[in-house]
Amino acid sequence: MNVRVETEETLDVESSNAARFRLGAFRLLGSWRLAGIGIPFIILFIVLSVWSGPFLSTTNLINILDQQAATLAIAAAGTLVLVAGGLDLSVGAIYGLTTVVSGNLAEHHSPWIAIGVTLLVGLGVGLVNGAIVAFLKINPLIATLAMSFVIGGVALKVSGGNLIVLSQNSGFYKFANAEFWSIPSAVWIVFVFVVILALLLSRTTFGRYVVASGGNAEAARLAGVRVNQIRIITYALSGLAAGLGGVIDTSRLLSAQANSGGSGLTFLVLAGIVVGGTSIAGGEGSVPRTAIGVLFIALIYNGMYLLNFNVLYQQIVLGVILLAAVGLDVWARKRRG
Amino acid sequence: MDGLNPEMSTRNIDEAPRSTAEASGGDLVVTGVSKRYGGVPALTDVSLTITPGTVHALVGENGAGKSTLGKIISGVISPDEGSLSLGGVSLSFRSPREAMAHGIVTIAQELAIVPGLTVAENVYLGVEVSTAGFVRRRESRRRFRELAKKVGFDLSPDWRASTLSIADQQKVEIMRALSRNASIVVMDEPTAALSGNETKALHEIIRSLAREGKSVILISHFLSEVLALADVITTLRDGHLIRTVDAKDATEDSLIEGMLGHSLTTAFPEKVVAEEEKHVVLEVEHLEAPGVNDCSFVLHEGEILGIAGLVGAGRSELARAIFRDSKVTGGAVRLKGEDLGGHSPSRSIRRGLVFIPESRKEMGLLIGRSVKENISLSRLDLVSRMGWIAGIRERRKVAELMKTVNVRAASMRMPVSMLSGGNQQKLLFARSVMCSPSVLIADEPTRGVDVGSKRAIYDLLTEMAASGMGVVVISSDLEEVLGLAHRVLVMRHGRIITELSGERINEQAVLAAAFAEPTIEGTVSS
Repeated sequence: MNVRVETEETLDVESSNAARFRLGAFRLLGSWRLAGIGIPFIILFIVLSVWSGPFLSTTNLINILDQQAATLAIAAAGTLVLVAGGLDLSVGAIYGLTTVVSGNLAEHHSPWIAIGVTLLVGLGVGLVNGAIVAFLKINPLIATLAMSFVIGGVALKVSGGNLIVLSQNSGFYKFANAEFWSIPSAVWIVFVFVVILALLLSRTTFGRYVVASGGNAEAARLAGVRVNQIRIITYALSGLAAGLGGVIDTSRLLSAQANSGGSGLTFLVLAGIVVGGTSIAGGEGSVPRTAIGVLFIALIYNGMYLLNFNVLYQQIVLGVILLAAVGLDVWARKRRG
Repeated sequence: MDGLNPEMSTRNIDEAPRSTAEASGGDLVVTGVSKRYGGVPALTDVSLTITPGTVHALVGENGAGKSTLGKIISGVISPDEGSLSLGGVSLSFRSPREAMAHGIVTIAQELAIVPGLTVAENVYLGVEVSTAGFVRRRESRRRFRELAKKVGFDLSPDWRASTLSIADQQKVEIMRALSRNASIVVMDEPTAALSGNETKALHEIIRSLAREGKSVILISHFLSEVLALADVITTLRDGHLIRTVDAKDATEDSLIEGMLGHSLTTAFPEKVVAEEEKHVVLEVEHLEAPGVNDCSFVLHEGEILGIAGLVGAGRSELARAIFRDSKVTGGAVRLKGEDLGGHSPSRSIRRGLVFIPESRKEMGLLIGRSVKENISLSRLDLVSRMGWIAGIRERRKVAELMKTVNVRAASMRMPVSMLSGGNQQKLLFARSVMCSPSVLIADEPTRGVDVGSKRAIYDLLTEMAASGMGVVVISSDLEEVLGLAHRVLVMRHGRIITELSGERINEQAVLAAAFAEPTIEGTVSS
């Protein structure tokens, strides 16, 4: 209630210095949010560097990025879904499906066919998700949850429940493991993908429409935004990203399994997005912050591993961080009204 | 909470109550109350006394501090300085619930009804008639009927609140207030969403509350309503109390003068008489849509067409059907002779038809986003290339538009939530202007807008028409329709009942049509 008063009763602002100050504070809010995840990230990084010898080694850092490549790609696209007012709980399942699809294809076909078809499968499943949410008006949480079961089933059917193992000789292996400046191509590909999504959200008309659709769908629609279309595209991008993650990891690990992603991956992705300060209520968010959020979680896992903590504590720590991040978001929203 | 600043409370000892202090009764004394929001003063040193059995009106422009004062009295927010006392006992509320315990109840602008509960459940929400945690439904129904009879409301206790009209929901809130034995009822814009006879009914309730010795604090934009109902009127401007006068000593002019600091000479811009034989820009033929029955009319270039009628008469529904925002089941809409097919607002906008919806917060604005983003939303394509937004071009265009419609904001990067209602509304006009439409439909363009901004919006509408646009103004404010429109359509039950033009546009004729004979109703119902 208080919050609402603030907005309604605020006078025309041009005359008041105090208001100008408040405006300044508002502008800072964006960077404040970046600082909200950026500063803890840097502190954690420094602490780990000091504490654990092996942490700061190039091998370890590149390893983290390589391992997080799929998660980063999926979380970047998931940010768009969330900002547009949606939610995609099926990314883990799509990831699992696309690993086995690409695994199967890579066994018998050229790597490019395997990669291309897999990405199309991801995109297609995403489109279906979007269409279900937009046209059947089913709540995205339920729709994508249900879809994750369907997709998981299809993935089992495709793989026959077996673990697919590929040989290292194939060209497919090079897709994620070729090195440029001693950084694996998986990292490069995901880097480009994340940058594209970041620009898409922050600099393009599409990005504006995504924000508008999540902020106030009715207002956006009446202002001429094709909200349904925008939302479908975000789901499609999310599916595509899950497919990309699936191909990358299959190529990286040379093995594929239907249940390799699952809800574990889905929730890790969501955690990364939320820790990055994107609101689950939609209407605002940032891809670079999501990337930092995902890496923040990865650093914690890596640090705890290097410092020989019990795996059990990882989960507890992640849960606490998640609560802190959401709490901070609620608090910030309350302050701004 | 520093609500009990001793310095402040001693200052107005002479105003201290003539203590008749009973549980329900005694004067409510507000002493030296101030409130700031993030450094912006919303109320400054306001003192007033509210006596039992009176209707005490608070008037002022948007942002004058009326609602803030109402919320302080009802415990929704606490003051930075100053104090409240009731019947000589000083009060400091931490929550509306505490205020309620002292008999102070609010009926807010935004209704607090739980849609999934029944009417009776809503009325007794929080104070259920229960034994050992089980609600005694029969007993609560009986009490409800008693109460409903007393206030003369025709509501069934078992109706779902979600099925009620806004007016009926308001009745539920009022009954809730009364069921708590309220001695002071704060009403914030209670009639803003009501139609003519519902308003009348509410006025009667307000009067009867006062007769029963309760005080009503009435916050309203409608000066005629204030003058008709209030015993005492307090005028606020920029958070300061300008004066408190007996209603019989006040006139509409004196109130406006107090609110503005100067008197408003003409409320409406001069009507530019549309030249004869202008081109038709919009033709609506036998349009059928949910809530719209067989509506036909034409709109000319440079014309302002008013649509009047009671709330629920189908005016907004007609607008949305024309805008292709609802499922059109029959008839045609032609814009500049071309059939406006399709079924999406985005297409209508591209064709040159824009719509400013009635509720700017829910349907118009992205409230947390910047002025810039809100203005350019409809026509981002004008300031972008291949989907890439050109920052400088956008800023230049937005600055130009803000100047055109005179949106007063410290910066275009400011979130619209920080703007006053009038400026928010002007922002929607800026968005519309950017679309350079041939037809503009504005639904309740001045709802919840202060007097000064109202005039600015009237000027805008007139200018837009003068530039050759066809303008449709839907309004529940009859004066507004009469003052602006070249022609007036009156709607009832989804039909256009009458078209009035020239000399025939007057209050009598519009009201007569809006309340037309019920015989027509039989043929209308579908």
